Amino acid sequence: TMAAPAAGPGHGSAPGDSPEGPEGETPERRRKAHGMLKLYYGLSEGEAAGRPAGPDPLDPTDLNGAHFDPEVYLDKLRRECPLAQLMDSETDMVRQIRALDSDMQTLVYENYNKFISATDTIRKMKNDFRKMEDEMDRLATNMAVITDFSARISATLQDRHERITKLAGVHALLRKLQFLFELPSRLTKCVEMGAYGQAVRYQARAQAVLQQYQHLPSFRAIQDDCQVITARLVQQLRQRFREGSSGAPEQAECVELLLALGEPGEELCEEFLAHARGRLEEELSSLEAELGPSPPAPDVLEFTDHGGSGFVGGLCQVAAAYQELFAAQGPAGAEKLAAFAQELGGRYFALVERRLAQEQGGGDNSLLVRALDRFHRRLRAPGALLAAAGLAEAATEIVERVARERLGHHLQGLRAAFLGCLTDVRQALAAPRLTGKEGPGLAELLANVASSVLSHIKASLAAVHLFTAKEVSFSNKPYFRGEFCSQGVREGLIVGFIHSMCQTAQSFCDSPGEKGGATPPALLLLLSRLCLDYETATISYILTLTDEQFLVQDQSPVTPVSALCAEARETARRLLTHYVKVQGLVISQMLRKSVETRDWLSTLEPRNVRAVMKRVVEDTTAIDVQVGLLYEEGVRKAQSSDSSKRTFSVYSSSRQQGRYAPSYTPSAPMDTNLLSNIQKLFSERIDVFSPVEFNKVSVLTGIIKISLKTLLECVRLRTFGRFGLQQVQVDCHFLQLYLWRFVADEELVHLLLDEVVASAALRCLDPVPMEPSVVEVICERG
Amino acid sequence: IILCCSASDSKVLTCAAVWRMPKELESGSHESPDDSSSTAQTLELLCHLDNTAHGNMACVTWEPMGDGKKVISLADNHILLWDLQESSSQAVLASSASLEGKGQLKFTSGRWSPHHNCTQVATANDTTLRGWDTRSMSQIYCVENAHGQLVRDLDFNPNKQYYLASCGDDCKVKFWDTRNVSEPVKTLEEHSHWVWNVRYNHSHDQLVLTGSSDSRVILSNMVSISSEPFGHLVDDDDISDQEDHQPEDKSKEPLQDSVIATYEEHEDSVYAVEWSSADPWLFASLSYDGRLVINRVPRALKYHILL
Repeated sequence: TMAAPAAGPGHGSAPGDSPEGPEGETPERRRKAHGMLKLYYGLSEGEAAGRPAGPDPLDPTDLNGAHFDPEVYLDKLRRECPLAQLMDSETDMVRQIRALDSDMQTLVYENYNKFISATDTIRKMKNDFRKMEDEMDRLATNMAVITDFSARISATLQDRHERITKLAGVHALLRKLQFLFELPSRLTKCVEMGAYGQAVRYQARAQAVLQQYQHLPSFRAIQDDCQVITARLVQQLRQRFREGSSGAPEQAECVELLLALGEPGEELCEEFLAHARGRLEEELSSLEAELGPSPPAPDVLEFTDHGGSGFVGGLCQVAAAYQELFAAQGPAGAEKLAAFAQELGGRYFALVERRLAQEQGGGDNSLLVRALDRFHRRLRAPGALLAAAGLAEAATEIVERVARERLGHHLQGLRAAFLGCLTDVRQALAAPRLTGKEGPGLAELLANVASSVLSHIKASLAAVHLFTAKEVSFSNKPYFRGEFCSQGVREGLIVGFIHSMCQTAQSFCDSPGEKGGATPPALLLLLSRLCLDYETATISYILTLTDEQFLVQDQSPVTPVSALCAEARETARRLLTHYVKVQGLVISQMLRKSVETRDWLSTLEPRNVRAVMKRVVEDTTAIDVQVGLLYEEGVRKAQSSDSSKRTFSVYSSSRQQGRYAPSYTPSAPMDTNLLSNIQKLFSERIDVFSPVEFNKVSVLTGIIKISLKTLLECVRLRTFGRFGLQQVQVDCHFLQLYLWRFVADEELVHLLLDEVVASAALRCLDPVPMEPSVVEVICERG
Repeated sequence: IILCCSASDSKVLTCAAVWRMPKELESGSHESPDDSSSTAQTLELLCHLDNTAHGNMACVTWEPMGDGKKVISLADNHILLWDLQESSSQAVLASSASLEGKGQLKFTSGRWSPHHNCTQVATANDTTLRGWDTRSMSQIYCVENAHGQLVRDLDFNPNKQYYLASCGDDCKVKFWDTRNVSEPVKTLEEHSHWVWNVRYNHSHDQLVLTGSSDSRVILSNMVSISSEPFGHLVDDDDISDQEDHQPEDKSKEPLQDSVIATYEEHEDSVYAVEWSSADPWLFASLSYDGRLVINRVPRALKYHILL
């Protein structure tokens, strides 16, 4: 126990450190031990600093501190502590040492056990591995043995296997040989039985072999035999092929077999086509027979049906078979077929066109359209098959041509209808003259013409419309969608008709051999009104109708309505002007004859108005009535109330009231000249053949102007005696009395008539005018 | 020197006579020395063309190229060819031909063709034009229905031997090729009443003058049927620049047939138009009211033609 302080001065008991007994709290101790371990391993000071506040870690007196110095600790204890305390410290120290020792002991025991068990385990593992190694060694030996055995077996079997293979080869060869040897007889049999297909297959199989071994005599013989039989076969096939009676499919089969037999393809395809041609030509000729010169041909629908099923169907078959068989021929073959189809197709089209041409004469449009539809539809199949031959295009072209012709036909029809209407009108106009009673009025005739023309146009439109019907196969071709509608129907048919109508009407104006003309003036009047009506309403109506029915999609320019209207108006104007000229001419001729044929020098004193003048007035009235039937009244200038009373006035004071002084005396002819000059300075120039407006007054003014101007010119060419002049005076006054009411501007009549009398006076040898009162009396009496 | 005109007798018969113009007027004034317009000088009557047997004299014309010894006169339905004797004092009827036909056929006008050595005469009666050979006095061609109505006048193209212009009551002027009489070469329809006169310019036959009873005189430029080659006038801009008071003349190179000018100075019917024989650019027209108007071809056009 004494040794304790000696043995371990380090055991100095720290007063604050272990005040408790030896059974001091284990956590405290454990911590101490941990702390020391940590110190030992140099762990951070911070960890140490975490310890409860106590002695300074650097304190050398701290038993558990790292810097514990036993000497300092002992000194301190010895200096500071009394003996009792020292004794306590010593016991405490001893007790602590003991506890530590036992702790150490326990730890060592525990760890030792673990170590022991680990060693045991290792030892066990060592034993096990050794056992396994042994087994592996055994396995390797066994495998080697097996390999060895296997090699030995293979070596043993090798020989036998080779022999078997050889035997099998021989067997196959023998079978082939047997086939070859049997081949001739089989072939013969096949040929006899007609199983050409089988024969050809056999032949194909044997061919190569025989070819290869032909240097062997036996094979040679077989080959020769085969060739003989094959030749026969070929011959038979050819014969069958040529017979022609067989249908296209059988022929196709023949050709296929022949091809398989190695016959030259080109020749075959020629022959094939020749045969097909023969058949198709038969069809064509039967079609042609139907077409025949004699009319009892079937109707066009039946014809195209026949052609479609016979020819086009045949062509389809041929083309399909050809393409199947001679695909190997490449583009050259295709070209041949195309040429073939093109040629035959061309002939077919020619026939169809001939037939269609027969149809052009008239006939039923719907039937024609249906026939065309069939025709076009049937040709689509070969068209698709043979794009190169251009059959579909050609067919479309034909259809288009027919449609165009049809349009032309309708245009002709319309024209004819129009002319027919005109003829009717002529007859109707001529009729009343014969019977003497009133025929149908002009207005009625006009209505008839207009309605009949319109109905014809509508009928034509309806007929043509069939071409664009949805269910017709060619209606969706671009031509029928665009050009046909706009150029064909609208421009060609409708506009064309209106043009031609205007031209027909204008041609009445142009006929050079006028002299009243073959055209009755009433017809001119009626046509003029018709054209005017067209201008105002009908043209736009018809065109709207057309545009609606044929939804024009084409962008090509079309004649605008306004142009047509202008044309119609121009025509109407020309017709009316011509009417005026013709009627004016009729009256002029009357007046001219009356002036020219009379001997004005030796006439008697006038007692009457001459009959010609009465006739003129009558005719003018008739014309007035006629024009009034068709044209509106029109405007006339306001007239003075005394128009009819106005005295006739070459020499009288009332002449041209207020215009110049009435101081004129008839003795001086030079003055007359001067007078008329002065008068003319004040009057407007009279345009004799001026264009007329569309009203009655204007028309009549025109006619009267022409007539009076003629009278004037005629009078100027004659020489008058005194009574001649007086007669002219009377006549003019009479005319003035009755004509003023027809004209737009009565001044005009006055002016012209004054001029006539003045001219007559100038040409008079003895110008003594009649008293105005006498003139009036005579006129009123007449 | 010698002029021919028709004068009216006191009877209803129209006669013709040959007169001598006084020397002072010789210089070529072409005014018609009508009874009415005779002023200071009087005409010397040389001889009468005796036509009592043939009816009314409608027209007399000189042989255009000859020495003034031959005269054609038209009377009713006869063509009379007169030979004037020495110093024109006596006229002898050399030959005559007459037109037969239904109705009363009367010649209205006649012209002597300046071509073919003056052996052709063209006449007009009613609507028909006829050509005559003066040697045999037989008809050589005939244009039936040349105009719709009466043919008033005709004239030969002085430079193209087969071309003939005619005018008539249908307000038209027609140009004919006498080798093909079925239809006119060209038709003008500018007047609004009877055309009384048509005259070719003596040297520039594209200029055609017409006078009508609508009191207008129209000067037309018929380039396409004239003897001047087409497109002959190529570059003329500078000229029209100088003289542009006539807007009608602005047309470029190949002039179209066109109306050059319409003269409306007359107040009444124009019965005669004539080109001056001295100046090819001068012409006169005479109207019923006695007014004589002398006009000149527009200067721009003149240069156009000349250059």
